[in-house]
Amino acid sequence: METLEPILAEHPFLKGLEPHHVQLIVGCASNIRFDSGQFILREGEEANQFYIIRKGKVALEVFSPERGPIIIDTLVDGEVLGWSWLIPPYYWRFDARAVELTRAIALDGKCLRTKCEEDHHLAYELLKRFAAIMEQRLQATRLQLMDIYGVNP
Amino acid sequence: MESIPDIETGEAKGIVEAMLPTLFGIKAVRNETHDTFTLDLEPVNGPAEFSFKAGQFNMLYVFGVGEVPISISGNPTDSSVLIHTIRSVGTVTKAIRRLKRGAFLGVRGPFGSHWPVDEAVGSDIVIVAGGIGLAPLRPALYHVLSQRERYGKVVLLYGTRSPDDILYRRELERWRSRFDLDIYITVDRAPSGWRGNVGVVTSLIPKAPFDPLNTTAMVCGPEVMMRFTVQELQKRGIRGEDIYVSMERNMKCAIGFCGHCQYGPMFICKDGPVFSYNRVKDFFVLREV
Repeated sequence: METLEPILAEHPFLKGLEPHHVQLIVGCASNIRFDSGQFILREGEEANQFYIIRKGKVALEVFSPERGPIIIDTLVDGEVLGWSWLIPPYYWRFDARAVELTRAIALDGKCLRTKCEEDHHLAYELLKRFAAIMEQRLQATRLQLMDIYGVNP
Repeated sequence: MESIPDIETGEAKGIVEAMLPTLFGIKAVRNETHDTFTLDLEPVNGPAEFSFKAGQFNMLYVFGVGEVPISISGNPTDSSVLIHTIRSVGTVTKAIRRLKRGAFLGVRGPFGSHWPVDEAVGSDIVIVAGGIGLAPLRPALYHVLSQRERYGKVVLLYGTRSPDDILYRRELERWRSRFDLDIYITVDRAPSGWRGNVGVVTSLIPKAPFDPLNTTAMVCGPEVMMRFTVQELQKRGIRGEDIYVSMERNMKCAIGFCGHCQYGPMFICKDGPVFSYNRVKDFFVLREV
């Protein structure tokens, strides 16, 4: 039976991991699909997964009572969705909704947290990878905050 | 002893002519967004054609108000009409906005350097535009598309503030249907229901389809956007000498005479506005130049 191991081992996010670490992660992984418009995660709910998007597009939204839902970022093929599973108290800070039919690999955060506590090398490798994503998104957010296309940026 | 230039001949004559505006009439006005509009201009007297190179600018003069440098945003292969896309943000551009079809403007130009569309033949082209920065890049795209077979992949990456701020929407939709042009658009924020990308334009660069070792990049937008864009392009492997940026400063005379637009040892109006990144990289990160 085909497993997710080759897909995960070759994915840029996990590339370079020791084979036994990939195997540990595969044990926490499953295929999942979301229909267009379907919520993948909701602000305030428990964060016990993250997702590697294989095909599709996901909008990160924040809801404002005055303005309704506002899209603050979109993620597409190959990108990683969700890091709140890694940071206590493990609650989502935003909504994520599939903009179109989206296929992803879901990684069980609870399962991974346990494995990370048992194997700190795995934990360090994952943290390095998530830190790189956080840095990219923080840079992008700073640029967005500057409103560089406004009249007085 | 240094001789005084003869006003009737040589350099002095060229300077005088460059300072004299030519009268143009407004043929059409099109609203692009809530604060940006496009003018089609035609000369009132004199030659019926206006030739320019992609990336050059004109000085537009509203009589009794003042003059502003505005990039030419039309098609360089069609010299029958002069097109400018303008954002109304200052006294002169707001005065231009109030002009109706049939009104007159003074035009001096074209001035400055141009996008390296001829030097880029044979390579992939990646055009990165931010906000109104799409206007000075549109002529480069027209030029490349008019000789499409001479270039490799052609990619347009365009970032703007919101879906309502997208320039040339219909034209972009038309271009998007072409099989020989990749267009990626992203906005900084969007209401729910927007099915396009949200995020900064730099986030499009890692995924854009081009060969970094054989690509010419042309970048125009707010300076901070260009700074981060250049970093991302270099991260992809494009060399500084293959990246071109269009700089903006307070240009007055447009012929390198008054010094208003001095940028280190260069004048933006005369040596620019389009520069190879390698030529300006030492000044790019300085807080005051």
